Amino acid sequence: MSPSALALAAMMALWLSALLAVAPFMLWFERRAPAFMQDRLGPNRVGPLGLIQGIADAVKFIFKEEFTPASADRPLFLLAPILALIPALTTYLVIPFGPEVEIAGHRLNLVVVDSDSGVLLFLALASLGVYALVLAGYSSNNKYSLMGSIRASAQMVSYELALTTAVVCALIPAGSLNLSEIVDYQRAHLWQALTQPVGLLVFLVAAFAETNRLPFDLPEAESELVAGYLTEYGGLRWAMFFMGEYMSMTTLSALCVTLYFGGWTLPFADFGGLPGLAQAAIGFTVLVAKIFLFLFLFVWVRWTFPRFRYDQLMRLGWKALLPLAVLQFVVTAALTIAGVL
Amino acid sequence: MEAAVFLLFGLVALVSAIMVVAHRNPVYATMSLVVTLVATAVLFVLLGSPFLAALQILLYTGAILVLFLFVIMLLNIGRERPSGARTTAQTWGSVLLALLLAGSLCRLLWDAHSDSVPAPLEVQFTSLRGVSDLLFSTYLLPFEMIGLLLLVAVVAASWVARRAEGEPPVDPEEERP
Repeated sequence: MSPSALALAAMMALWLSALLAVAPFMLWFERRAPAFMQDRLGPNRVGPLGLIQGIADAVKFIFKEEFTPASADRPLFLLAPILALIPALTTYLVIPFGPEVEIAGHRLNLVVVDSDSGVLLFLALASLGVYALVLAGYSSNNKYSLMGSIRASAQMVSYELALTTAVVCALIPAGSLNLSEIVDYQRAHLWQALTQPVGLLVFLVAAFAETNRLPFDLPEAESELVAGYLTEYGGLRWAMFFMGEYMSMTTLSALCVTLYFGGWTLPFADFGGLPGLAQAAIGFTVLVAKIFLFLFLFVWVRWTFPRFRYDQLMRLGWKALLPLAVLQFVVTAALTIAGVL
Repeated sequence: MEAAVFLLFGLVALVSAIMVVAHRNPVYATMSLVVTLVATAVLFVLLGSPFLAALQILLYTGAILVLFLFVIMLLNIGRERPSGARTTAQTWGSVLLALLLAGSLCRLLWDAHSDSVPAPLEVQFTSLRGVSDLLFSTYLLPFEMIGLLLLVAVVAASWVARRAEGEPPVDPEEERP
């Protein structure tokens, strides 16, 4: 293996291990954090502070029966959970977690795919996620599942528009679709969370809808649709949807951090003088810490707001978020041309 | 390595393209089209244009084909039943079109074998910056006209979907006094 291929493999291994750790951790965190908000204890029996709860749950999923309904479309029914993991396991490739550093005598850019269309690749791969939900609902051959996936596809296609427009606003000042250059721009100027608060708001709300989280979890609204497209799934297949959701939350948070909160950088701190490996470690740690704050926000919002009604969801997406994103677009473009940003 | 990737994804694209027309279940046919488009996107990356690949996946697989699936699910279209009755005009028409396509493909193959191989496109035509420069300078008028065309289509679609006067509103919010 050539040194550059080895470096790419090492970076992918780092990302993958972090992403795979997210699901069991969030399984614990999503019960423990709201428990403290509601003055309860939450799961605290398995391991110190209940931290090993996620692994106990994973073991349970693995040993559960893999049930396929008799009337299900079997190939698609088996394919859907696998598709749910594809966007989660590919989009992290374009997120940078450090500057160009020198490790063992080799120049190395701390991002797996350093592409001039990085953001586009992210959005393209993320948009494939909707197939898992659509196929899950169709192949289950169950009216609740079908209702859930029709809602999911309508919701995700609608909110993708607002999300993409907000992302475009964040690209204008840096004048690039390369996420590394956007981080560099924010190092030289201000964090874009300060210069584009409306764009950030639109991005966050659309991100909640894209990941089907409360208050936008209509595709799996349990009081109306049993569990939506997940109704017929159980065991490890259900767990794969679950992992896909948590990993998508993580990668969308990573995109949010990179576009609006300076990515792997810290304000007023420069680690440029340190050896390359230390810079990589610090960059990744800072990025993960910022991502964690957003994961907390996801949990916090879930346990705070009630679910939207379907018509409210569509009205919010098309009549509020999209115009706001377009407004941010015009303002940002004008300010950039005027030389303010 | 490059040849192996090309052969693999070229083969995947071909087989799934045949599946698109051959499969009797519309959902499977649509999913085969998804596979075809993703495999061609990989070939675009191989040709040095990740921008085109990202656009293809974002627009075609991420948006348009999702709507295809959406419509198929909404209308609940079942398996297509084999129909023996095909008119002679249909048969002859399809034979003629197939011959035309085969002829133009043969012509392309012939050209590729002779010396007049077209030079690969330069970066200024395949990169993001190159394409947008061309769109907003040389091809500005066609580009804007396509935008206008899409706007007209959107207006027409919402006119078709409008409620006739006196029809009860679909929006539950509007029912309240």
